Amino acid sequence: MKKLILGTLLALAPICAETIVIQNATVMTEGSKGIFKGSVVVKDGKISEVGEKVMVPAGATVIDAGGEYLIPGIIDCHSHIAGSGGINEGSVSVSSMVNIKDIINPDDIAIYRALAGGVTTANILHGSANSIGGQTLPLKMRWGKSAEELVFAGATPGIKFALGENPKRSGNPQGGRGAIGAIQLGRYPATRMGVEDVIREAFNDAKAYKAEWDAYDAKVAKGEHPIAPRTDLKLQALKEVLENKRYVHVHCYRADEILMMIRAADDNGFHVRTFQHVLEGYKVAKEIAEHGAGASTFSDWWAYKIEAIDAIPFNAAIMTKKGVVVSLNSDDAELMRHLNTEAGKAMKYGGMSETEALAMVTINPAKQLGIDKTVGSIEVGKDADLVLYDGFPMSDFAKVQKVWIDGTQYFDREKAISQQATKEAEKQQLMDKEKAAQRPMSNRRPNQ
Amino acid sequence: MKKLLVFSFLWCCVCALAEAPSTVAIRNAKVVTVSGQVYAKGTVVIKNGLIEAVGDNVTVPPDAWIVEGEGMTVYPGLIDALSTVGMPGAGNANAGGRGRGAAAQAAPAAQAAPAARSWGPEDRPQTSSWLLAADELQAGDKRVETVRGGGITTAVTYPTRGIFGGQGSVIDLVSGEKPAEMVLVPSVGQYIAMGAGRGFGGGGGGFPSSLMGIISYVRQLYLDANHYKLVKDAYAKDPRGMKRPEYDRALEGLMASQRFLLPANQTIEIDRMLRFGAELKTISPVPQSMVLYGARDAYEPEAVEMLKKANVPVLVSIHWPAPPARSADGDDSNETLRTLIEREKAPSAPAALQKAGVKFALYSDGAESPREFQRAVKKAIDAGLSRDEALRALTLSPAEIYGISDRVGSIDAGKIANLVVTKGEIFDDRTQVVMVFVDGKKYVPEPPAAGGRGGPATDEPGAGGNQ
Repeated sequence: MKKLILGTLLALAPICAETIVIQNATVMTEGSKGIFKGSVVVKDGKISEVGEKVMVPAGATVIDAGGEYLIPGIIDCHSHIAGSGGINEGSVSVSSMVNIKDIINPDDIAIYRALAGGVTTANILHGSANSIGGQTLPLKMRWGKSAEELVFAGATPGIKFALGENPKRSGNPQGGRGAIGAIQLGRYPATRMGVEDVIREAFNDAKAYKAEWDAYDAKVAKGEHPIAPRTDLKLQALKEVLENKRYVHVHCYRADEILMMIRAADDNGFHVRTFQHVLEGYKVAKEIAEHGAGASTFSDWWAYKIEAIDAIPFNAAIMTKKGVVVSLNSDDAELMRHLNTEAGKAMKYGGMSETEALAMVTINPAKQLGIDKTVGSIEVGKDADLVLYDGFPMSDFAKVQKVWIDGTQYFDREKAISQQATKEAEKQQLMDKEKAAQRPMSNRRPNQ
Repeated sequence: MKKLLVFSFLWCCVCALAEAPSTVAIRNAKVVTVSGQVYAKGTVVIKNGLIEAVGDNVTVPPDAWIVEGEGMTVYPGLIDALSTVGMPGAGNANAGGRGRGAAAQAAPAAQAAPAARSWGPEDRPQTSSWLLAADELQAGDKRVETVRGGGITTAVTYPTRGIFGGQGSVIDLVSGEKPAEMVLVPSVGQYIAMGAGRGFGGGGGGFPSSLMGIISYVRQLYLDANHYKLVKDAYAKDPRGMKRPEYDRALEGLMASQRFLLPANQTIEIDRMLRFGAELKTISPVPQSMVLYGARDAYEPEAVEMLKKANVPVLVSIHWPAPPARSADGDDSNETLRTLIEREKAPSAPAALQKAGVKFALYSDGAESPREFQRAVKKAIDAGLSRDEALRALTLSPAEIYGISDRVGSIDAGKIANLVVTKGEIFDDRTQVVMVFVDGKKYVPEPPAAGGRGGPATDEPGAGGNQ
């Protein structure tokens, strides 16, 4: 489907091929085969063979990588791109009724730019204005496809929670319209205590809601015809959390709030899937590992806000050593385009191996999102989400040459560059046409 | 001909007041029925506000007032498929969420008090689903006359404020004392808007504040309506021992609507709203049909294909996107190619829908002064829409979409006598609307002031001016 090509800057029609062989590549599999020089065979969108020497199937498209690096598609565990009409429903402290799935914007140019940075999957999260935020989901960066076609099929949906400054500051709008200096409590909570209370109260409600539905379901199972309870979208999402059908991704910074969150989850019988940002995670890595949560952090960002003051660039390495599955995320459309070099920083700070470092933007986020059976490494049977770099992929100088998702090529650097001129010309032509149509108007009253 | 002009002039002097003889016959005019034939020299007989007869071999009743139609063309009265004419405080229409003028945002009298901050769906934010346009009508609305001057005799007018604006009514644009005289069908559908952020004054920063918030709210209201009906029905069956369901006017208003209108301009919005609308239909406790409005990007083949497949009628705004005011050097390099293409192609959307056989109607979306309206329709024609289809999209098609083609939309015996009489082909630049019949009442629109340029600045190179 060549959807929406028209009018989209730098759009390229995805090039589909039934069978592709990428030969003569340095393959960083992030899987059991480690790093090797050889070929990857793609058939019907899946990786069908990986090895030093492979048979080229008849009719296959052969691509000579010329020794360049092939890696699994990069996975960003924390992104806010590809949404329409805002990603924060910040009006209420529990906004679990809203769903990113309803507002997927497949036309967002950030998708294409993410592709150009080697990203093939991104976990699109609600913002962090609320203690309990909206429903989230991972998308594949299938640029040019419709909203529904971007959805990562079979992936467990998520929900965003947020602790600390963001949810409590949202209750304290700055630059208020009232008296200068007056604290305006726009909404509860205004403190970290309040954030915890909101979460616990919400789960009290959710448990009551679940009990009501469970009782109803039991009666129906017995052949009775009771009146169904009211469906409450806000509590429905939390019911799914309690039923382990929805992953909890918690925005957090400080060690104390991380421990608070673990206690609140344990007390209420649910599980935190990932801690996001988690800049003080190194202080409580053991507790995070024991809870079974993943940690999705930044490479070396710190002190951009008070609660980020105690961040260290060794965070990722330390948490990894303590047994936490760690990923590096972008939280940003620009940073998203060079997650490869973010991963590279972990080789300097903490002495991670290149495989360990790259894992933090490939197989590890895949594990965190529960999609590691299909993506995250180059192994037979997995989705053919592949990125070809023209150099060592964690180097500043490496450029993405080609990107495939499900064996379909969605990005080609050469074509992207050559297409730029065509699109610019088309734009200029339209602008000139409009100006020509307007000129008589502006010239109508000369010298006045 | 001169005689006729003098005649018209006299009509103007009485401020376009309607004359309503019980029987009128327009004879020797070209009659475009839209439903069928075109009569080169036809006669239309109007009696008691209805079309008595039409054809080229019709006997003119002896008591009929005669209108000599030589050189004139009679069309069915035009229908504006989505309007705010007659709504209090609506100003120059804002249907579609991108109308002109702040007046459009003014609060209807019924909602003058500022809304309290909403804390969630249970506060029913920005909802007035129970409002019925017919109940809100202001007979003295000056826009009735303005709109009618362009040949529009019928409007489907909606309360458009908030997310669930209210129920639209089909009204005939008669000028009278009693608004009730205008009403053709009191409730035809619920107007749903999704203008996140901008211009959404209600709620003071409350819920919902994002598009996903609005969508989840609309979904929750439908779920609530579903549950409300379940409980109400059970209570009606046997109230003993059962807590009585609390009356909820927001849900009552929703359930009173036989269709809902969803906004969709971009192709991705058309895709999103087609899926969302289909979901709402499955939740709704009452049978409802869906209509999309806006359709700016319906020139894109993907959009047309989706609409065709979904078999959902579309109301296309003729308020075509216009270039922004440019700086002296005309530097607009910040605009995306997509925006430029959209501006170039938007007027070709109706032609694309016509070609694909998608059911569509046009609506003024604020372009409702006769000159603006005529021009906007002409743009669609210049972009490939056939004249016949343009006319149909403003007559029989909207009538069919709203299920009222048995009374308006074409010139057929038995239908309501809503007619436009023009000199020249309708929607042409120089065409003059000579008279308009609404419910059989004759109105003569005020001609544009002599020498003046009616409406806003022209976009025709070299037109007008004082060189």
